Amino acid sequence: MQISEAWLRERVNPAISSAELVAQLTMAGLEIDSITPVAAEFSGVVVGEVLEVEAHPDADKLRVCKVAVGEAEPLQIVCGASNVRVGLKIPAALCGAVLPGDFKIKKSKLRGVESLGMLCSEKELGLAADAQGLMELAANAPVGINIRDYLQLNDNILEVDLTPNRADCLSLEGLAREVAVLNQLDFSPVSFQNAPVSHQNTLAIKISAPEACPRYLGRLIKGVNPKAEVPLWMVEKLRRSGQRSLGILVDVTNYVLLELGQPLHAFDAAKLSGGITVRYAHAEEELALLNDQTIKLDDQALVIADDKKALALAGIMGGSETAVSDTTTDVFLECAFFAPTHIAGKARKFGLHTDSSHRFERGVNPFLQQRAIERATQLIVDIAGGSVGVINEVSHAATVPARPAVTLRKQRLSKILGIEPDNQTVADILQRLGMQVETSVEGWQVTPPGFRFDISIEADLIEEVARIVGYNNLPSTRLLLRSELGKAPEATLTLDRIQDLLVDKGYQEAITYSFVDEEIQQLIAPNDEVVRLQNPISSELSVMRTTIWCGLLRAALYNINRQQNRVRLFETGLRFVNADGVTKQEKMLAGLALGTVNAEQWGEKNRKVDFFDIKADIEALSSLVAQEFTYTAAKHPALHPGQSAQISNADGEMVGWIGMLHPTLEKKLGFDHQVFLFELNQDLILKRQVPRFAPLSKFPSVRRDMALIVKENISAQQIIDCIHAGEEPTIQKVMIFDIYRGQGIEAGHKSVAVSLQLQNFTQTLTDSEIDAIFSRVLDTLTRTIGAKLRD
Amino acid sequence: MSTTLEETLAQALKEIAAATELNQLDQVRVDYLGKRGFFTLQMKELGSLDPEQRRTVGQVINTAKNEFQQQLEQKKTALETAALEQRLTSESVDVTLPGRGQAVAGLHPVTLTLRRINKIFASVGFNVVDGPEIEDDYHNFGALNIPAHHPARAMHDTFYFDAHTVLRTHTSPVQIRVMESEKPPLKVIAPGRVYRCDSDLTHSPMFHQVEGFLVDTDVSFSDLKGVIYEFLQAFFEKESQVRFRPSYFPFTEPSAEVDIECVICGGDGCRVCSHTGWLEVMGCGMIHPEVFKSVGIDNEQYSGFAFGMGVERLAMLRYGINDLRLFFENDLKFLQQFN
Repeated sequence: MQISEAWLRERVNPAISSAELVAQLTMAGLEIDSITPVAAEFSGVVVGEVLEVEAHPDADKLRVCKVAVGEAEPLQIVCGASNVRVGLKIPAALCGAVLPGDFKIKKSKLRGVESLGMLCSEKELGLAADAQGLMELAANAPVGINIRDYLQLNDNILEVDLTPNRADCLSLEGLAREVAVLNQLDFSPVSFQNAPVSHQNTLAIKISAPEACPRYLGRLIKGVNPKAEVPLWMVEKLRRSGQRSLGILVDVTNYVLLELGQPLHAFDAAKLSGGITVRYAHAEEELALLNDQTIKLDDQALVIADDKKALALAGIMGGSETAVSDTTTDVFLECAFFAPTHIAGKARKFGLHTDSSHRFERGVNPFLQQRAIERATQLIVDIAGGSVGVINEVSHAATVPARPAVTLRKQRLSKILGIEPDNQTVADILQRLGMQVETSVEGWQVTPPGFRFDISIEADLIEEVARIVGYNNLPSTRLLLRSELGKAPEATLTLDRIQDLLVDKGYQEAITYSFVDEEIQQLIAPNDEVVRLQNPISSELSVMRTTIWCGLLRAALYNINRQQNRVRLFETGLRFVNADGVTKQEKMLAGLALGTVNAEQWGEKNRKVDFFDIKADIEALSSLVAQEFTYTAAKHPALHPGQSAQISNADGEMVGWIGMLHPTLEKKLGFDHQVFLFELNQDLILKRQVPRFAPLSKFPSVRRDMALIVKENISAQQIIDCIHAGEEPTIQKVMIFDIYRGQGIEAGHKSVAVSLQLQNFTQTLTDSEIDAIFSRVLDTLTRTIGAKLRD
Repeated sequence: MSTTLEETLAQALKEIAAATELNQLDQVRVDYLGKRGFFTLQMKELGSLDPEQRRTVGQVINTAKNEFQQQLEQKKTALETAALEQRLTSESVDVTLPGRGQAVAGLHPVTLTLRRINKIFASVGFNVVDGPEIEDDYHNFGALNIPAHHPARAMHDTFYFDAHTVLRTHTSPVQIRVMESEKPPLKVIAPGRVYRCDSDLTHSPMFHQVEGFLVDTDVSFSDLKGVIYEFLQAFFEKESQVRFRPSYFPFTEPSAEVDIECVICGGDGCRVCSHTGWLEVMGCGMIHPEVFKSVGIDNEQYSGFAFGMGVERLAMLRYGINDLRLFFENDLKFLQQFN
């Protein structure tokens, strides 16, 4: 909410500076977002009246004016504005004046004619960003008075950012009450004389939804002058609250809303048919609103209707057909209380948010309506005349929100705040906030006022006491934490360790959005059932990722487009997959590598990263958990069918995927590099065995190499498995150390060089024992996979 | 000494002097001391002399042999030294050339920040817990005392999947999940991704929060102030003023916003703090009785506090990052600044 500081100070005027006032409100929970002077700095400008206008002898566009400025003689001032005319009141800058931008006004000659000042536009005074011609002041503006005093420009606009619980401060009076409490002053409520009633005419009012509308007041005012000039003070106060003047009837309702916090609505009585009913809308009922929007209502929407149709969306916005205009002479004023629970969410449903709905959703004082309608009546009649009818009030006492008393226990107050305030201080704070306080043995019985919707339990009162005492005046203690010793689980590796490993292997951590472009998602994982957002921020962020690759690929492209030709990224986070109607949220770890193995460096031939480079990184990762993963050739829609593998852990659980991005996708996504990817399930790779010691052999180990000729389709894993299948206890380690194809090897075959490390726990192996093992292993290899020893 | 011996010794010494390589020198050694070497043969011939002569001649030969051996050793040492010198010279490298191999990368600044936050709280026994990012309406709102249509919901621009399923708008649902399954005393922090349907210069549709809470008997607002104060000093590694302002969150009461003296200008006022000298860094408060009620914790026996902070905000202040959008563009030139 935006409000003039000067207006606030009319109600309560503590002897503190503007800056202190801002700090005080902010520290009381009414955050002041900004404080802005209503006008720029300037001086020496007074209200002037144009007495004579003559053409300039030497310039077509200039006029030579005689201007009264409250001095003995009028001044001659040359002016170029087109709207200058005799009788006009304008701001006149006198010689010696300083306008915004340090623009000094001096006696001068304009094309040979002496000019003793300057007539000003709103722009020249810093009151508006733009202006056409001179600023035209009201006809009754007193000549000679300083314009800053006349327009009350020594004022600031306070922008108050109110939390949803403090609806009571959404008005001048509410803020004044708070300022008074904080400064231990009294504030003066708005006081006025009710306009006398001069006729008995009214409209019938029926409330058919009393739970939504506990109270409805209406009054007919006849014969008003809709074109009455809105007084300057009202225009300025509205302007400083961000409201344009829209004619006296609308201005008065806006003014009372700002002043007291009560939204009102003015209907053009001539356009109403019969009585007023507050009811739920009929399905499909239509309503043309003031903002030129026509909405289709449903039976949840509360409306104000006459005998024929819905006129207004209750508590939110009036309808265009029955709105007041500059031809309205008879006005029906509505001043109601709508229950917050029945207004909340309704405006948003229709894409609306109004000053009225903002207040009703948060809670308007249910006992304010009588005073507010009298205040609006008085302002209308004072300014625009008219004869006042009786107030027709319909109330359902049972549905008017009650404010039951709340108990505040002294012991609880101390426990929560850590202070021991004296009884009188607490009672005094609560009373100044408008609460009725009765002291009891254990504390206080507190009845909150109607405007405090946020006080219903003990904690609410504790907060009020803390707030007024000042949070910064409460003690700050060093908490004695009742601590147990921490845990150090060893069977689970921390994700941090894995992240650190990848960082050390040259992978930069990325964080990409969890929602991704459905097109990319569809290309990469066409078989996954996606979780779709109802209201995405854009179509490019519309589905939840089923693989982190979506984001990593995008991030890689982003970097390639910025002249990076070597990218290594990893990311950890959730993936989201629908399966059997349930959304699984799985913690994943994914990586991407493209470009050369190492950054360009001297003295060594660099090569492009390949499958086995990233496989080595995953092997490093698996060795951290002392696990050997199994890699099985398998097809994945995003990966090259000849360079992709499914990874499983020692328990046979499917851990993830590794492979090269499919060349088709590589092209579609716009890469001109081979891209290697991996993705692993965090929970499955973080499991580790707590190490167990195994005794060491005292006898020497022996290495025997064999070069095997096998068919192309025999995998390294098959060879190793086959060797292990013999369960030779002396074979400690099997290693493949070379693959050869070409001269001397039959087409469709390859030579695989394998080394066996042999060691016995009880004796040194003899040559004949070694030869026996060697030939048993070879025999198994030959029988099982057709391996031959290379000559 | 016989002429032959003298001449031979002179010849041998000349040969030693002439050797320029260790293998040449070794050949000289073999020629004179080897099985068929001059000195070896001379010694053998001694056997044919009578004992008196044998001693005299033997001494002479030995003297010559010793002379030879000494010279040989000296020359060997000299050649070895020269060879080593030469090797050292030939093997010397330009030590200012860069090293080779895989360069180390780094963590994302959000992760760096999260790790520091976790570490500070873990040091006094807070457990780090996570929770789902697709949340039900109840855990994200209802259990946190934010009923349907509550104006506070409008402050959370929520992403929906259906009427009852959302992307969590804050990490507070983890508070509910922990309190539903564990009994006090509780000391927990819950870091993670959160989502709001809002995207502009200062808002990202995805960002990170850390939720923290503590539930025990006799926990007061003063304890909250103390913990937050100490955390902020530890995080910024700086003695800074901290202030608590009343605020409103449906799930805490009393609620507070926490401001820290601007870490950029030291409180004098600058662009970062909008010339107020203060930076809003987190929200906090005493856990609301309605929240305790929804998880079945006795509000009379226990009290507790909760706090929540935006990780990107803290990272920006800590590292001087001036644009929120940089966090999720993953530009290597940005990321590598934190390596």
